Amino acid sequence: MMRKIFFKLGILCCAVALVTGCASPPKPYDYTAFKASRPHSILVLPPLNDSPEVAAPYGVYAQVTLPLAESGYYVFPVTLVDETFKQNGLTAAGDIHAVAPAKLREIFGADAALYITITKYGAVYTVLSSEVIVSAKARLVDLKTGNLLWEGKASASSEEGKNNNAGGIIGMLVTAVVNQVINNVTDSSYPVAGTASSRLLFAHPNGMLYGPRSPSYQSEQ
Amino acid sequence: MNMAYKLLALAAGMALLGGCATKQTSLYQWENYQPEVYEYFKAKTGPEEQIAKLEESLEKIRAKGHVPPPGFHAHLGMLYAQVGSADKAIPEFKTEKELFPESATYMDRLLSKYSK
Repeated sequence: MMRKIFFKLGILCCAVALVTGCASPPKPYDYTAFKASRPHSILVLPPLNDSPEVAAPYGVYAQVTLPLAESGYYVFPVTLVDETFKQNGLTAAGDIHAVAPAKLREIFGADAALYITITKYGAVYTVLSSEVIVSAKARLVDLKTGNLLWEGKASASSEEGKNNNAGGIIGMLVTAVVNQVINNVTDSSYPVAGTASSRLLFAHPNGMLYGPRSPSYQSEQ
Repeated sequence: MNMAYKLLALAAGMALLGGCATKQTSLYQWENYQPEVYEYFKAKTGPEEQIAKLEESLEKIRAKGHVPPPGFHAHLGMLYAQVGSADKAIPEFKTEKELFPESATYMDRLLSKYSK
């Protein structure tokens, strides 16, 4: 009898914990450093790849410009940035990520640099289906001070389009707002990488802030 | 000021007007920029083929009075430099700098390299 009551109490406690857990909103990101810096231009460095897929950095790196530029930032041309590093003997993303912020600022004249790490990229096979997943995390660093301005992560899956309502507001935004050609690319990971990049880098609450070229610049409280 | 700025102002104005009509508009007309960047990284298409495709896109963008995204002109300039046409590369880097003064330091670096 006593044991039963304890059991019930335990369940009640769990339920209360869950309810209160849901009721409290996620902790808002501290944008103090970001707002003090307000970068105009972003140098996206070639992404680090923690996934086994060799082509992963291409799929992500090719699709970072759109969400950042449409959010109001100047984004340095990724193909030229990649070539400039190569011409200076830096071919590995790990070596590039280790270059001092002051040096990056000197070469490119960028306000901030974005360091991306790809954590998942490609097909995950289960019994019933094969799902393509792309996950990445990013850190935005002020190149004058070396301060961290923002960090975040995002993920996308090929399966989510099969439920209603998935994709979220940012996914809808991308399809509705941006008219771009994607039809000549055939591999299945590329569009998923595009969704993951958009989720990671489009300005949104707790995400990147809007940049100076956006009509929504400084609209966040 | 100059033509590029006027175009930009016009695009921004149109974007604002468009915004009132419930639909958000994009800042840039992207066309095939990102897929071409992807092809470039995979080294699937040669520079000549890319130049042809991007010039075609640029015509479409200009016809509508829109602005190409950041990096578009610079990428095109790099492709021209790779096929040995520095004379065509230089104006592209200059246009990138005109449209996006944020790129000045980097574009000046590239311009001094290819102007030699």
